Amino acid sequence: MSRKLRYTFIYIFLTISAFISVFPFFWMIVGSTNKSVDVIKGKLTFGNQFIANFKNLWNNYNLGGVLINSIKISIFVVVFSLIVSSMAGYGFEMYSSKSRNRIYSTILVTLMIPFAALMVPLFRLMNFLNLIDSHWGVILPMIPSVFLVFFFRQNFSQYPKEIIMAARVDGANELRIFFSIVLPSMRSTYAAAGIYAFMSSWNAYLWPLVIIQSEQNKTIVLMISNLASGYTPDFGTVMMAVVIATLPMLIVFFSLQRYFVQGVLGSVKQ
Amino acid sequence: MSRQRKKIGIEKAWNRWGWIFISLILVGIAVFIFYPIVYSLYLSTFSTRGFLKTFVGFGNYLRLLKDSYFILALKNVLIILVVQVTIMLFLALIFATLLNDPKLKFKGVYRTALFLPAVTSLVAYTILFRMMFSNEGLVNNVLMTIGIIKEPIRWLLDPFWAKVTLMIALTWRWTGYNMMFYLAGLQNIPSEIYEAAEIDGATKTVQFFKITVPLLRPIILFTTITSTIGTLQLFDEPMNLAAGVVTGSSVGPGNSLLTPSVYIYNVCFKYSPNFGYASAISYVIVMIAAVLAFIQFKVAGEQK
Repeated sequence: MSRKLRYTFIYIFLTISAFISVFPFFWMIVGSTNKSVDVIKGKLTFGNQFIANFKNLWNNYNLGGVLINSIKISIFVVVFSLIVSSMAGYGFEMYSSKSRNRIYSTILVTLMIPFAALMVPLFRLMNFLNLIDSHWGVILPMIPSVFLVFFFRQNFSQYPKEIIMAARVDGANELRIFFSIVLPSMRSTYAAAGIYAFMSSWNAYLWPLVIIQSEQNKTIVLMISNLASGYTPDFGTVMMAVVIATLPMLIVFFSLQRYFVQGVLGSVKQ
Repeated sequence: MSRQRKKIGIEKAWNRWGWIFISLILVGIAVFIFYPIVYSLYLSTFSTRGFLKTFVGFGNYLRLLKDSYFILALKNVLIILVVQVTIMLFLALIFATLLNDPKLKFKGVYRTALFLPAVTSLVAYTILFRMMFSNEGLVNNVLMTIGIIKEPIRWLLDPFWAKVTLMIALTWRWTGYNMMFYLAGLQNIPSEIYEAAEIDGATKTVQFFKITVPLLRPIILFTTITSTIGTLQLFDEPMNLAAGVVTGSSVGPGNSLLTPSVYIYNVCFKYSPNFGYASAISYVIVMIAAVLAFIQFKVAGEQK
């Protein structure tokens, strides 16, 4: 095959694949402006139902409240899990000892455990703590992230130890070294980890489904699932909800794209 | 002497700081991961119905062997594992190889486009696919207009096609994600190797199988294991793809979308709850995940 022909095939293949990847995003935005019937028939042009769909979602499905719940849960999970797991990653990397390394390998194994295996005891635990149908019941188990500990440790291993040594000579306390010297200079690592934590909390489905029971505590993901599984769902409204749930992540992705890629790279480099 | 003592003092302090830094995560993991996993094992030896809790020993595990729903759920995810994960990882590897070509134009655009599905919420994209694959929906319309099919495919109403739909959706969502790992790995392979192979007259296909695949083995292993675990615990997609399409307790037509996680959820919260039995199911899944990961490690290690 000639070189030119080969490249033509590659470009066609990549363009079709890229189109398939992006098309559902386009269709979802188109759908949010259309009537239910048109969505189900697969109409590909913009309609005039944008405001009607939004109003329906806002007035009848408590969109505002649901968004506040999701934002609240995500913020708490991101902040706490970044603090807890970055401290742990730093601790394992900078003060490595035999016993701590053994603990580290043990907790890494837990990455293999499917969440469903923890669900039943966690549910009972939350019941005992009186946290069923509360946001803290959703937030607490999502804070300790073994993956993020691993991710931070990998990234801290690149950190120049001389800076820490110099700070020690100056008499700085270890916690201060971490919070006022190391942490501010690892912004891109934190951004990448933050994206990971945000995505997993914003998108969480199974655990909130188990914990949250009342309408007013639902997250946007639970609301969409509920909305779409009714007997005669209004698909225009469903589309609007899907757009609204996806938008924050698209914004985060496009504004922090380079950290995103960096984050993925950082977790593979050994 | 005093110097020695000072050194010991520093080491002690050093060690203490190590524990301080990891203390928070240790508490979190102990409470939210270790305690549940141990308690789950204990609970799996009981049959629990409401407040009634009777010790059954291995009874739950024996019951599993004859539970046709559990076996079906396991079969469903194993089919997805063999078919979908293989196709997806192979596709991801091809995309990464193509995008790693220094002569290719619009690399950034292709990479972003292919990765974009990975930023969607699992529930949201599943519902999107459910609408696209409805009987009179977009996909059938397009396929009929092009002339590939004459009659609409009953995507979500037929057991076979429902599984195909799920696999298409999963492939759409995760291929770009896995591609990024391969791209990162490919950047560590010096381009001289490919240039040398080119001079020796190796075709692109030969280069792919003799250079790319062997050198990416650790990353391929990594993505295989994460995809295996991900497939074994599939929940959001089958649950939302099946919802509203089929009435009754069937998960997808003829339970074709039933997965172990969905089954565990149903045993706990939908049918009359039996937490003990659910724990036994989840333990078997953990074991299967461990065995599969072990096999994958072995296979990847032996071919070296």
